[in-house]
Amino acid sequence: MILRKSNKVIVLGITGRQGTFWTEKMLAYGTQIVAGVHPKRAGERHCDVPIFGSTAEAVRETGADSAVMFIPPVSAREAALSAIEAGIEVLVVLTEHIPAQDVMALLAAAVRRGTRIIGPNTAGLVTPGECFAGIMPAFVPSVFKPGPVGVISRSGSLGTLVCLKLTQAGLGQSAFIGIGGDPMLGTTTRDALAALDRDPRTEASVIIGEIGGTMEEEAAAYAKTMRKPVAAFIAGAASPPGKKMGHAGAIVTGTRGSYGSKRKALEAAGVIVADTPAEIVQALQQAR
Amino acid sequence: MNFEEHAGKSLVLAPAGITVPRGQLCRTANEAAQAVRAIGPAVIKAQVAAGKRGKAGGIKPANTPEEAERVAAAILGMRIGDYKVERLLVEEQGKIARELYAAVLNDVEARKPLVLFSTQGGMDIEEVAAQSPDAIRRQHVDLDAKPTAAGFEEMLAGLDLGDVQASVASVLSRLYGAYRERDAELIEINPLAQLADGGVVALDCKFVLDDAAAYRQEEIVKLAAPAAMTELERRAAQNGLKFIQLEGNVGVLANGAGLTMTTMDVIRHFGGKPANFLEIGGEAYTKSAVALDLVLSNPGVKSLVINFCGAFARTDVMADGVVKAWQEIKPTLPVFFSIHGTGEEEAVALVRSRLAIEPYDLMEDAIAAAVRAAQ
Repeated sequence: MILRKSNKVIVLGITGRQGTFWTEKMLAYGTQIVAGVHPKRAGERHCDVPIFGSTAEAVRETGADSAVMFIPPVSAREAALSAIEAGIEVLVVLTEHIPAQDVMALLAAAVRRGTRIIGPNTAGLVTPGECFAGIMPAFVPSVFKPGPVGVISRSGSLGTLVCLKLTQAGLGQSAFIGIGGDPMLGTTTRDALAALDRDPRTEASVIIGEIGGTMEEEAAAYAKTMRKPVAAFIAGAASPPGKKMGHAGAIVTGTRGSYGSKRKALEAAGVIVADTPAEIVQALQQAR
Repeated sequence: MNFEEHAGKSLVLAPAGITVPRGQLCRTANEAAQAVRAIGPAVIKAQVAAGKRGKAGGIKPANTPEEAERVAAAILGMRIGDYKVERLLVEEQGKIARELYAAVLNDVEARKPLVLFSTQGGMDIEEVAAQSPDAIRRQHVDLDAKPTAAGFEEMLAGLDLGDVQASVASVLSRLYGAYRERDAELIEINPLAQLADGGVVALDCKFVLDDAAAYRQEEIVKLAAPAAMTELERRAAQNGLKFIQLEGNVGVLANGAGLTMTTMDVIRHFGGKPANFLEIGGEAYTKSAVALDLVLSNPGVKSLVINFCGAFARTDVMADGVVKAWQEIKPTLPVFFSIHGTGEEEAVALVRSRLAIEPYDLMEDAIAAAVRAAQ
């Protein structure tokens, strides 16, 4: 899930306003975008990229291995299933507000086919100095620069802020993995942490989590086994507690998911947890 | 999106073929009395989308119309959780042999639908789950599969359900069907009553619709429970923004839920109190003018933090909206900016030239200044 310049990327929804804006940015930054998909505009070019009628055809013709989706929630399920079916290996799902049962359906299909889903509701992947897929300001030099720190974030805006802090402190990034803000994700904090652990360019990692769910708790269990240092920031300590899902929510999740639970689990695993984003750099230096 | 019990029963359970008691929705004590005259001894139940209605005194039996009038008058107007009781469900009483529990929900950890069942339903189900987890049967379902009643009988194997095992399995299968059909996030029956005469009846229903699926559930969305909202929160919702009014005095305008929560955290870290949560993430970043108006309309606000970190959200577009709205509203309270990310240079230049305000480099500094200004 660390995107490389050698990855061949398809943009689904390339002709829309956002698709166009970000395709131009990705191309300019160095992402190898080999195709766009639009059922009615096959044969045309957009942003100087060839358009195919279907994802399957685009994969066949270009040998693409990755795809990024600029697709509205109503059609996200079908678009993702087609990409999974077409044999895409890494699918970045930027779409927010996909109905939960559609998300479960596409995640289940991805598991069956061995597709790596990033998201939904992610800001994407950035490999500073190399390429990016999604809607991150990879091209803003004050935010991203190449270096040894891997960053995992549920939030695009907060992830951007943390990368900025790292860059200001002279700490570049090996990879930014936006896992997404939805409650159900194809790639969890733990999955991303394991990928950074295996990545030879990553020397230390930062987890930017949020209250809700149990992904930070799971990641803590993995962090315990790591030799590379890990720092974290969890957003939401001052937020009002979320809605309660009837009795069933309590039966299934119990008390996990709160700020306290996440912080405790991470600290027990030796992860330094920062109180503010500015302190992340300090936490990371302390952890190293 | 929450639904009151009566709506869950009539829109979701009954159409799926799950038996619910005969009942009538009433708005006055007089209507409740007439309902009892028609259906006989009844239970009068406050209709609010909150839990623990029984413990709050919002569910009472009434055997005669006179009693119904008295009980209904006492429950109407009562406050339960965030809600004032304005509607009652008057339902026939049944002879309950045993209270069971059934639910289907999104298990976000497993990323699959999860069916729950217990023979120890009722008010203390959470305690049962905590004390003896084995008393709850759990079954994940493959979203592509069409589970049958026979499939659910396996889930119930070994439970002492006697004659009603097949009926309960059928309820589970129908409940799962309703969950799929209606894009439920959660659908729960507690208690699912086993009656003395052998029937199995849903005595309660908690139905939560997945907000993201509202577009394809239009016919039931209009019957959703009114959300407990302040006037400002309602105005935000009408503009497609999620705004939560809080007790504090430092207003927050940031992009993305993560950055907004963090801004609130840092306000608290410096000893201040946030006045609101407001999300203008995703496409909503173009609504910064409306958002600013909302934040400033909150009477408790003494100072304002505007914290933008653009990824997808372009800070130049957001700053432009804020600057225009600021010049129109002409507020007098102090405002502290921090702007980074996509469109940063244009955004900072705009704030500098049009508002003559110098944005802070560090959000922590902007927030610390706003907290001081609010004191």
